[in-house]
Formats: sequence, C-alpha cells, structure tokens
Amino acid sequence: MDIFGVPIQALMGQLMLGIVNGSFYAVLSLGLAIIFGVLKIVNFAHGAFFMLGAFTAFLLAQHLGANYWTTLLVAPLAVALFGMLFEWLFLRRLYGLDPIYGLLLTFSLVLVLEGGFRVAFGSSGQPFATPEALRGTLNLGFMILPMYRGFVIVAALLVCLVTWFVIERTSLGANLRAATERAELTQAFGINVPRLVTLTYGVGVGLAAFAGVLAAPIFHVNPSMGSSLVIIIFAVVVIGGLGSIMGAIVTGLGLGVVEGFTRVFYSEFSSTIVFLVMVLVLLLRPAGLFGREEG
Amino acid sequence: MQLRSLTWPLLIIGLLALLAVPFFPQLVYSVFIMKTLCFVLFACAFNLLLGHTGILSFGHAAFFGSGAYVTGQLVKAYGVPTELGILAGGLVAALLGAVIGALAIRRSGIYLAMITLAISQLVFFFFLQAPFTGAEDGLQRIPRGTFLGVIDLNNDTALYYVVLGIVGAGLWVVWRTVNSPFGQVMRAIREHEPRAISLGYPVARYKVLVFALSAGLSGIAGSLKAIIFQLAALYDVHWHTSGDVILMTLLGGMNTVFGPAVGAAIVSTLNHYLDPFGAWVTVIIGVVFMTCVLMFRQGVVGELGKLLASRRPPTAPPDTTPHASARADSHH
Amino acid sequence: MPAKIPLRTFALSSMVLAMGAASSAMASNGFSDDVVRIGVLTDMSGIYTDLSGEAAVEAVRMAVEDFGGEVGGVPVEVIYGDHRNRADTGASRAREWYDNDGVDMINDLSNSGVALAVAAVAEERQRHAIVNSSSNIGLTNDYCSPYVTHYTYDAHSLAHGTGKSIVEDGGDTWFFLTVDFAFGIGLEEQVSEVVREAGGQVVGAARHPLDTTDFSSYALQAQASGAEIIGIASTGADAINAINALAEFGVTPGQRPAALLLWYDDIASLGLETAQGLMLTNAFYWDANDETREFSERFYERTGRMPNMAQAGNYSSTIHYLNAVEAAGSDDPDAVSEQMRELEINDFFAKGGYIRPNGRMVHDQYLWEVKAPDESEYDYDFMRLLTTIPGEEAFQPLENSSCHLLEHNQ
Repeated sequence: MDIFGVPIQALMGQLMLGIVNGSFYAVLSLGLAIIFGVLKIVNFAHGAFFMLGAFTAFLLAQHLGANYWTTLLVAPLAVALFGMLFEWLFLRRLYGLDPIYGLLLTFSLVLVLEGGFRVAFGSSGQPFATPEALRGTLNLGFMILPMYRGFVIVAALLVCLVTWFVIERTSLGANLRAATERAELTQAFGINVPRLVTLTYGVGVGLAAFAGVLAAPIFHVNPSMGSSLVIIIFAVVVIGGLGSIMGAIVTGLGLGVVEGFTRVFYSEFSSTIVFLVMVLVLLLRPAGLFGREEG
Repeated sequence: MQLRSLTWPLLIIGLLALLAVPFFPQLVYSVFIMKTLCFVLFACAFNLLLGHTGILSFGHAAFFGSGAYVTGQLVKAYGVPTELGILAGGLVAALLGAVIGALAIRRSGIYLAMITLAISQLVFFFFLQAPFTGAEDGLQRIPRGTFLGVIDLNNDTALYYVVLGIVGAGLWVVWRTVNSPFGQVMRAIREHEPRAISLGYPVARYKVLVFALSAGLSGIAGSLKAIIFQLAALYDVHWHTSGDVILMTLLGGMNTVFGPAVGAAIVSTLNHYLDPFGAWVTVIIGVVFMTCVLMFRQGVVGELGKLLASRRPPTAPPDTTPHASARADSHH
Repeated sequence: MPAKIPLRTFALSSMVLAMGAASSAMASNGFSDDVVRIGVLTDMSGIYTDLSGEAAVEAVRMAVEDFGGEVGGVPVEVIYGDHRNRADTGASRAREWYDNDGVDMINDLSNSGVALAVAAVAEERQRHAIVNSSSNIGLTNDYCSPYVTHYTYDAHSLAHGTGKSIVEDGGDTWFFLTVDFAFGIGLEEQVSEVVREAGGQVVGAARHPLDTTDFSSYALQAQASGAEIIGIASTGADAINAINALAEFGVTPGQRPAALLLWYDDIASLGLETAQGLMLTNAFYWDANDETREFSERFYERTGRMPNMAQAGNYSSTIHYLNAVEAAGSDDPDAVSEQMRELEINDFFAKGGYIRPNGRMVHDQYLWEVKAPDESEYDYDFMRLLTTIPGEEAFQPLENSSCHLLEHNQ
C-alpha cells in the first residue's frame, strides 16, 4: 500500500525517526518551558547549553576517559551548575523588567559561548563514538533501527516524565508552582523563592545539556550545533502553550513527526514547517494547543 | 528635559559631521557610513513599534530584505529607475507590513512576536526558493543607475549624499510621527491599551498603520543597502537580522526617538573595527552586549539623558517627558 | 562620466580623487604607494574558520616571507579582514581596501556570496582578487574579469573529478543528498550531467535545508532508492552529519557514499572510523609527495594544523601573484594580469598550471579515498590517491565558458 507514492512501510520508518527527533525537541522544549514559566525569560541560550552539554561530554571522554554513562550524568550536572552561576550572577538582575532584556542577555551569552568554543576547538567539530553497548541495530519489522536511536527515545521520555512528575506531583513542584503564581506570598510562607528560581534555571539548562549529550553520538559536535535550534524549540513551546509542561513534551514529539514526514514529501520546507504550524495554531488557538486560555 | 535641550546642538553637529564625511576618505570610509545610515533608518523605523507603540516584532528582516530584493530585481532585471525601485521596495515592504501586522496584532506580547517571527521565516523560505534571488549567492550586480536621471550613483560621493538625503527624510518621518497626534495615540496604546480603546480610538487600525509605516521605512533601508552594495542577500531576510535590529534599538535606547540610531552606529562600528581580534570578535561583541544590558539598561542615549538629568541642580524641573525612561522602570 | 552631474558633486568628487591620487601617486619605479599590499578576506569567526580563517592568513604570510618579503624592491604587506559570511560585509571591506588602503590583491574569499560580490568590486575597481575557497563557477563565466582568478577548485572540477571517476569505476546509479542552496543544486546538476554522459543513471534526490542536523530520514530514502552511489552535495557540518547518518544506518551492501565537496578538516572531524572508504576530490593533500610534505610540515609548525587545499592554494596563488608582479616590474593591475596569465605555475601545489583568459587556473585534480583506521600509520595519515584527473579534463572546457573576455563570446 502506498500513500502519495511512498510505501506505508517506509512511512512507518519515517514515523519512528520522527519520534526520535521529537524526543530531542521534547527534552529541549521542556527545559525552555520550565524556565519561561518561572523566570518569565526567553532563554535564548538554550541551543548554546545544548552545545555545551555535548562538548562537556566530549571533553570528559577525551581528557578524563569518562565512559558514556558517566558523561550522561555528569555533563548535564556541570552545565546546570554553570547555568545556575549565570543566573545568580547576571540573569536575576533583570527580573521584573521587560522580558526582552532577558532575551538580550541570554543572546549575548550565545555569542560568548559559541565564539569561545570556536576559538578553543575550531569550527569543524569533533567525532564522538556511540557507546559500545548501544552499537547494534533493532529489527522492528518495518525498519532496522540503530539501537542508539531507540535508546534516545527511552531516555528522553523517561527524563521528561520524571520532570513532569516532580513539578506536578511533589511538594517541591507545588512550591515552585506557588512561586510562579504568587512569589511574595510564597516567600512569606518561608520558602526561599530566589533559590527556587536559581534551581529552576539549573534544571531547565541541565535538560538542554542532557539533550546535547544524547545528541553527541549521532549529530556532529561543533560550536554552532545549537544555534539554529533555539527558534524551533521556542516555536514548539509556544505551539504547546506557554506554561504547559505536558504541552511542551507532547508538542515536541508531535512536531518531530510532522517534520519527519515533511522530509519525505516536501523536504526543502522541513525546517520551515514548524513556523507554518505556529502561525496557524496561534491564530486559531491563541493559548497554544495545551495552554490555558487567560483573559 | 535636559537631554532635549542638547538635542538640537547635537543633531546639528552630527549633521555637519555627516555632510563632511566624503572629504576625509582616510579618516572614515563613506561606504561604511552609508551602510550604517541604512541600519540607522532600519532601527529607528523598527522602534516606532517597539519603543513608541510597545509592540515587539521579531520579524523585521522580512521587510528589510523584501525591500532589498524588490528594488534589486526591479532595477536589475526590468531597468526600473533607481528612485522608483527604492520607492517600490518601500511600498512592497509597507504592504507586507500591513498584512503581517493585521495578523499579528490579533495577539499580544510574546505571542505577537512569535507570529511575526514565524511569518518572516515563511518570507525567508520564499526568497530562498524564488529563482531570481540566487539563494546564498545573492542577487548580484544590481546596477546603481542614476538618481532622478541626473546624478550618477556609481560615484560614491554622489551616492553618499543621496543616501544621506533619503535616510534624513526617513528619520524626519519617524520624528514627525512620534511628535504628532498620531504619536500620542501610539503612546496611549503602549501605556494602557484598554484605556485607549475606551477613549474610542480604533486601536487595531492604528497598530496596523504603525506596522505598515515601520515596515515601509525598513524596506527603504533595505532598498538603499541593495543599491549601495549592488546586491541583496539571504542574510537580509534571515532572522539574525531581525535580532540585530532589536539589539541596536535596545543598545541605543528604545525610549528615545534617535537612540536606536546611536545603537545602530555602535553595532556597525563594532562589526567594522574589531577585525584585528580575529576569531575573538564574536566573544568580544557578546561581552559588550552583556555589559550594556546589565549596566546601561536605558540604552546609551537613555543613560546619557539620565546622567545629564542627575547632574543638574535640583532647581531644574524633574523629567517631565511622560514616556522617556519610564517604561522599563514601571515594572518594578 | 556624463556631464549631467551637478557641479557641486563633481567638485567634491574630483577633490576626493585628487586626494586619493596624491597618496597613491605612482612612484618612479612603477609601484603605486611603494608597497604591494595583499588583503586576506576570510571567515575569521564563523562556521568556515577551519577551512580558511587564520590559517589562510598564515599561508599568505608564509608565501610573502618565502618570497623574501619584498618584490621589485618594494615591501609586501599582508592585512586581513573578516567577512562574517555576509556578502555586503565582504563587499564593503573589499571596497575600502581597494579605495582607501591601497590593497593590490585580495585572497582567499570563502563563501560564494562573498566571492561573487568581491569579484564585482574587483572588476569595477580594476584590482586583483584570487578566489581559493569557494566553488562558484560563475566566477569564470558570467562574472569573469581580467582581475579575478579562480585558483584551487570549482564546482566543475568537483563534479568531473568525483563523478566521472566513480561512474567509470562502475558506480552508475546515483541518488543525491543535496543541500537546498544554489551551491548544492548546482553541484547536483553538474554531477548528474557527468553521470548521464558516462552512461549512468540518476534515480533520485532529496534536498534538505541548510543546517539540517538529523539525516536519518534521508539515509532511509537513500537506501530505498537502491542506488549504488549516494552523492552528498553539501559541505561542512551538513556533509558530516549526512555521512554520519549513512554510516549509522548502515548503507546497504553495494551502496557507497561519495562526498562531492569534503575538506581534509572534515575527515579529521568525522574520524576515520566513520569516514573510511569515502571518495573525494581534492586539489591538494599534504602527504602526496616530498614537496607537499615539506610545505605542510612548515605550515604545521606555524599553525598547528595540516593545510587543506584552500590554504595551500592561498600560498601558491600568492607566490604566483608576486612572481607576476616581479615579471611585470610593476603592480599595475593590467600588467600583472597579463603576467599572471603568461607565467606557468610550478610548485608543490601545481605542476604546469596555467591561468586561462577567463581567470580559471588549470591544474591537475586528485581523487582520494579515505583510509581505514588500521591503515593509518601516523598522525594525519588519512587518504590514499586513487586517480589523477588532468586539469584539462577536470575544468570546464573553455569553449563552454560564457565569459565575455573570450573571443567566441564577443
């Protein structure tokens, strides 16, 4: 059976690959959505933190001989710490101002990080080996999937669900949500709101770095690997509905699939389709697919 | 008001300096100043929306680039006289601005910005695919032609004065708009939109008009750049250019009329004179921007105004411009 | 200049001209302003910094030093600038260099938009430009000029180098992974032509946007096509990601990827594990013979990297330009242009190379194969030579060029 001249089996394969890509989008947009929800800042450096994660993993493996599983844990933590330092030193001076200043500051950070890495490591990038244990392939019947890609889906979704659970179902998450809605009142209850905010930024940035480490073996590790990603990720968050955690995850996966099919039917348009979707969604459903309609 | 008392002397000195540029080729290169002037007009036009109406557009490259491509193609392929080509670039951009504006203003804030970004990405895709643009090679070898049939624009000095004249006229339009009853309504929309609506202003129509005006002037800036460099390139419609203009505006000061002009000059100058630093240039520019956003949040012109105000003896009247330097602080 | 120019403007411009003339008055020895100035216009801070960048500047400096630092009794000076991969920035810098800074020749010019824009300025200002790291074939066709030289390689040499050799080797069904840019589409068309002429067949193509990170979808499409050869018509990060994905999804037996523009640096960043078996056309490889090794080792000492073909071309073309200046006894652009086309190029980079009237430097091209990790015996030991493609075959036949300088176009 064919759909527009493409065998259904091939489409199943593309669907699968779309889900793999969607997993990256889901982790990245989840981080961006959390940061925007709490800090009200568009973290333009999200792509740069993605790159930072991949590079940190590369450096750990290269110079300290760390194995992949260690880097998958350590690199996001290291990047999260760096992000928290950045928040604590600079970003917090801009709270309460027009969000455009936060955007500008994080954009400047992109220039510094990408420029700095290009000075240090050149522009053409580094090879990064797929971990030994995940080198095989999985026969799914309709396609042969490299095992690592399968692992990406599992790892990404696991991290997304844990993050969602912490925010929506634990007391830490409850405090966070309270701080988002009524910062002063939450502070009055004895909760250290600024620390909570710093932590949030760390988690968001750490998620970006986690996606970066996941990406390192299959995408090319180079200083500009995240630079065209940030506007797509932000579009995903907006389509999902600002402030909706689940929206970011589901939309990330969905857009990965949409993009995947576009690569089959109108490949040239595949990096633009997300923007077409965004215009349509915003005009038809102002608060995004999963957002709550507000005044 | 202190800055205002300095405005005229500063403007006159600036104008004289600009008029003198072609006489000192070893000191400053006139083509560089022409390029800067294009960005000056672009940034000031953009600020009609951001600073004066409170609308953040993240898609202004669509207007700037459309102007460049339309003018380039008309002049190159159809032999349209240069001045008509520039006019057409402005008109097409204005039309595009009206359409995008009409769609975008149905939302506000960050959603509005995202709609403009998204549509500008579609515009980018159009210019990437359209056969006449040459994709990444650019639309090359656009003839400069003559201005009004008499001035040979292949002469850099002649072109310089034409560009200066057109940019000057564009800035005058910006200044007149801001200081007109229309500008009052723009500010009313920025400060308190519901009140403006309840006062009976057709707010939506006003917004679309500002969009069209801002886009049209941005388009003319792009057209001029296409004529000066005889090329139109994809970067002109790329979202990076939309980001650049936001940056220029904020660096200069979005609560002033000509602050963005100063911001544009700063960014151009940084880009132009930092070459000796080689690969470090990106890092340096990043650090400069970071410093500015942390320390001079009102922008260079805004901070200057504040500095002058604080130096005056207390007998001087307090800052009475309702809009200047009020916006960013009002969120505290 | 028409007489219609208003008097005031004319007076102004003639004043400027007078000032310019005073500063660059011909010295008695035939050299303007008593110095030969070379500007290296390159990507110092962006995605192509490894391909040209600071190492390109260093290559030109080396050439000038090896030449003795002066030509015809006047010193040679090297300056550099960053075009940021923007055509207008490049054109602006080139104009300023030619107009104000007395630059006689601009070298490198990565990024085809920049190269085309600077070529236009060079023609208008009648000064030299030598393109080493851009493939745009328009430079020796519609946009040719007596002052523009296209030195190292171009789209035609890539297509005819890789394409033709592979078809002759039996790889006659092709599928293309093409970047949706003028560069990629042009390359795809050229190679398709070669393939068809040689009796091969093009079974399909997928065009991806620039900066695509995930090529898995295209890898599947390429597999499904059943083509023997998967031609990768992109460069830099896109080509690397494409090759990675093809390796990851295990190109089915009997299928082989062929990179149409892969740089030496890209192989380093792919790693031999992934890159092994790739075929690529490069005009230069550091480890080809004693002469290339001698140059490359000196280059390595200065820059910490082995030269790629563009950087080697920067060196060779600078020497050639200086030779021409010396032969002409002047830096007068027309005299130099004549000498550049007159003199033969014989160095580590090219043997019997010559420049055609349309600015094309004709020299042999080489088809290489990337070694497997266990075949690589020392650092940077990446490639082995498969075939030499004579310059006359690699480059566009002169009669097909649409350059206005050629007799058949006049």
